[in-house]
Formats: sequence, C-alpha cells, structure tokens
Amino acid sequence: MEGNIAILGYGLSAIGPGIGIGLIFAAYINGVARQPEARGMLQSIAILGFALAEALAIFGIALAFVFR
Amino acid sequence: MSLRLLAAAGESYETPDSGLFWQPLFGSGAFAVTRPAVVILLSVALIAWLLVAGTKRLAVVPGRKQMAVEAVYGLVRNSVARDIIGSREFLRYVPLLFTLFSLILVNNLFGVIPPVQYPTMSRIGFPIALTLVVYVIYHVMGVRRKGLGGYLGGLVPSGLPKSIVWYVWILEFLTAFVIQPVTLALRLFGNMFAGHLILVLFITGAEYMLLHGDIGLKVVSIPTFLMAFVLTIFELLVEFLQAYVFTMLAATYIASSLAAEH
Repeated sequence: MEGNIAILGYGLSAIGPGIGIGLIFAAYINGVARQPEARGMLQSIAILGFALAEALAIFGIALAFVFR
Repeated sequence: MSLRLLAAAGESYETPDSGLFWQPLFGSGAFAVTRPAVVILLSVALIAWLLVAGTKRLAVVPGRKQMAVEAVYGLVRNSVARDIIGSREFLRYVPLLFTLFSLILVNNLFGVIPPVQYPTMSRIGFPIALTLVVYVIYHVMGVRRKGLGGYLGGLVPSGLPKSIVWYVWILEFLTAFVIQPVTLALRLFGNMFAGHLILVLFITGAEYMLLHGDIGLKVVSIPTFLMAFVLTIFELLVEFLQAYVFTMLAATYIASSLAAEH
C-alpha cells in the first residue's frame, strides 16, 4: 500500500467535528420544529456553531498537507 | 481495488495535490503574477460594475439588477450587521462587512464558474490578508472604546473566583489574539482548498477512467461524473456559506470587542 499517513490523521480529526455538526443541526431542526417562528434567530446561531465545530476538521486537513 | 485496476491499465493516474494551486502566469518566484491574482482583480472589476449598474437608476419599484444588489446588501446589513453588532452602532461596520461578503462570495463562486474555475481563497495569502483587516479593526475598535487596560482586562468575565482569573485571562487572550484570527483564515482557506481538490479529483479521475481504463472502468466513470456534478452543486452551497460565515464571524468579533462586558 502506498499513500500518506497524514491523510489518515485527517480522517480521525474529522470524526469529532462530524459528530458535533450533526448534534448542532439536530438541535436546530428540533428548535424549528417546535417553534417555526424562531427560525431566523436559530439559523444564525446554528451556522455560527457549525463554523466553530468545522474549524477543527479544517485544521486537520491543513495539517495533513503541511506535515507530509 | 480501483487503484490496482488503474495500475494494471498501464500508465498511472496522478492524484491531484497542493501543487495544483500554484499557477504562475508570468514572472517567477515570489513576485510572479499568478492565476488567483488575476482572478481577484477580475472579481473586483465585476463587483464594481455590478454595484454601479445596479444602483445607477434607483427606482422605487426595483429592476432585476437593483433587486439583486439590494438583496445582498439587505442580507449583510440586516441579518448580519444589525442582528449581531446591535442596532445602535452597526452602520459604521456595514461597508466593511459588505465588502468582505461580496468579495469573498464572488471569488468563491469563481471556483465553479467555467471560464475562471479557480477559487482565489484556496491560496492561503488571500484569506490571511482579509483576516488581517478584520483583526486590526476589531482590536483597534476595542482599545479605542475601552482603553488598552480596559480592553485587556475586559477579556475576563467578571464574577470569577480570584484564584483562577489569571488562568482564564491567558485562555481568553490566546483566543482573541491567536485562535480567532487563525481559524478565521484557515476556515475559508481550508474549505475552498479541499472543495476544489475534491472536484478536481473526481473530474480528472473520471476522465482518466473513461479514456484509459478497460470496459469496467469506463462503466464506473459514469457514476463518477454524476458524483462530480452533485459535488459541484454542493460546492456552490459551501461557497455561499463560507462567505456568509466569514462575514458573520467578523461581525461577531467586532461585537465582542465592543461589548461593555465580555
């Protein structure tokens, strides 16, 4: 097998943010289902949380290409 | 499995890597005029033309261009700037946020628009430059508002036990001065870089399988092309979302450095 083990590290680092983003949007969907008029407010909070959680996965892919 | 098949087919397939993004047009070394530099100039010209054309003959019942410009401006002004910074002082920051949003949005969309097809922000220098602007502005505005001592002291929320204040202060200082700007730049860069790499991988991979593979690989290349199409649509969504997220986080950082208490 050929390849770069750093990409495996990226796969590992994507697990946490994947779960986190899932939880964030699950909560967002729950919130909108219970209170549809709060959609606008919840949306920006959900996207903010998504961006913060996603940062970790982005670190992973940046570092996978840096330490090759 | 497919790798072994490809190897058996004779010439090997080169997976795209980060070298793909280094495309000097003329010149060499650090001062080369590269493709993203040309793309960002093109985007500036396009945005200027759109804004001038969209606002030249303002009408109460807007035409199509005016409608589009107003929709984008309204999004940034109302649902980003006003909601996050607060209705008292958001107007000063609307020009900055609108510039950031429109510049990033057009440059990101260039990643999939055929004649250009290069996301400028996949070169780390461009997000770093935008982040530096935001970084300087939110710290300078915070220091102007509260004074240097007040700004640095205000990083810690009040009401903490005395013994852990210094510890929380170090964490908050690192967050505001290192982690926030680094993640802001890396998020935009990483999304554009990874997204473009995936598109190139799928499209060149499918092309290779179609032209150089045996009959099995030729069949497999059809779903690969379909997947490339689906990912292009997904990439459009990500490109819009990242422009929005960058603008929103910039507004959030400005709001948090202006806030009376952390």
